[in-house]
Amino acid sequence: MAIEVRIPTILRSHTGGAKIVEGTGDTLGDLFADLDSRHDGLKGRLVTDTGALHRFVNVYINDEDVRFLGALEAKLNDGDSVTILPAVAGGAPDFAAVAARGLRAGSPAAR
Amino acid sequence: MARYDSLLDASGGTPLVGLPRLAPAVPAGAPPVRLWAKLEDRNPTGSIKDRAALFMVRAAEEAGRLRPGATIFEPTSGNTGIALAMVAKLRGYRLVCVLPENVSTERVQLLRMYGAEIIFSPAAGGSNQAVATAKQIAAEHPDWVLLYQYGNEANAKAHYLTTGPELLQDLPTITHFVAGLGTTGTLMGTGRYLREKVAGVQVVAAEPRYGELVYGLRNIDEGYVPELYDASVLTRRFSVGTRDAVLRTRQLVEVEGLFAGLSTGAILHAALAVAHEAVREGRRADVAFVVADAGWKYLSTGAYDGTLAEAEEALEGQLWA
Repeated sequence: MAIEVRIPTILRSHTGGAKIVEGTGDTLGDLFADLDSRHDGLKGRLVTDTGALHRFVNVYINDEDVRFLGALEAKLNDGDSVTILPAVAGGAPDFAAVAARGLRAGSPAAR
Repeated sequence: MARYDSLLDASGGTPLVGLPRLAPAVPAGAPPVRLWAKLEDRNPTGSIKDRAALFMVRAAEEAGRLRPGATIFEPTSGNTGIALAMVAKLRGYRLVCVLPENVSTERVQLLRMYGAEIIFSPAAGGSNQAVATAKQIAAEHPDWVLLYQYGNEANAKAHYLTTGPELLQDLPTITHFVAGLGTTGTLMGTGRYLREKVAGVQVVAAEPRYGELVYGLRNIDEGYVPELYDASVLTRRFSVGTRDAVLRTRQLVEVEGLFAGLSTGAILHAALAVAHEAVREGRRADVAFVVADAGWKYLSTGAYDGTLAEAEEALEGQLWA
């Protein structure tokens, strides 16, 4: 049995448009390597050149954030479900966060 | 019962109530696993955001940024805007909120009722349009004061000084604290306080995971992590989907008679996960979680009607937390 991986819209260009792909691996890092062998370029979008999880990518194993499970070393078991999402405030592209950040970056009101 | 000099003084001091029917059963002789709800809907404007709003305004006053008659400017469509509107009214400030024009009418009505002025940002332009609108307004009004809840230390401090101590006083045996992750203020403030006082306490985050429409084509390189966020304060972080959040919100009212909003359902889902884990491992647990607000503002979303699948469909594309 394989591990099911949910791909966000923005990364589906690497999976031929597939929402869900399957892979194998004992750790998350192994799984990404396995996926990259069939979905070219996917790993490069998730992992930095220095081998860390990209700052603005969140990955969950069975709904739990992998950064608290060992990140790329997180252990995987057959039947696990992995979800990849862009990191956004409170889980969402929050209007207030985006607008306030823009303000803070360049306005006198944002002292 | 207690008596207060004004509504502002009645912020915080919320009840912590046990949920014996929802807590998982433990085998005979095993250590107890208990579930506790911190009723933040009992704050003056009905949400946990009253604490942060009050502290952010006070901090700005103390720093000399807010002077009598000043205008506070904050892009927010949610509970923070409503809380700020009340605090601004009572402290003598004007509040201007920038909202996307596709926000629900209840939100607009509530903000106006509390006295906020509203500037709409075109929904069509998405995030970039929101930034452009906010920047333009700020440039035209350099004297307006932005509190910026995502990076304002007073937001986390409110919880370090109030929510954390209240929890420890009411539940000295606390083992887990579970709350929603948005600005991250509640988890950072309460989490830091509890970690200082309670050896081994678990600080657990529950973040909403919306339907695909919400994430759209968001570019990973343009991600956002609030400035207040410090991952070292947390011990675990769960992503909770719409269906689980709706299921738990309904369970809360059906089993315990507690009518809460959808973000609370997501928080309860994570709280139950750690509670069940404690039962499996035979460990004692006192799991306290945040009821961020009541369900009134979400009745029109369809979350409380029909089957779970129907509710999930009705919520597709909506920011329910």
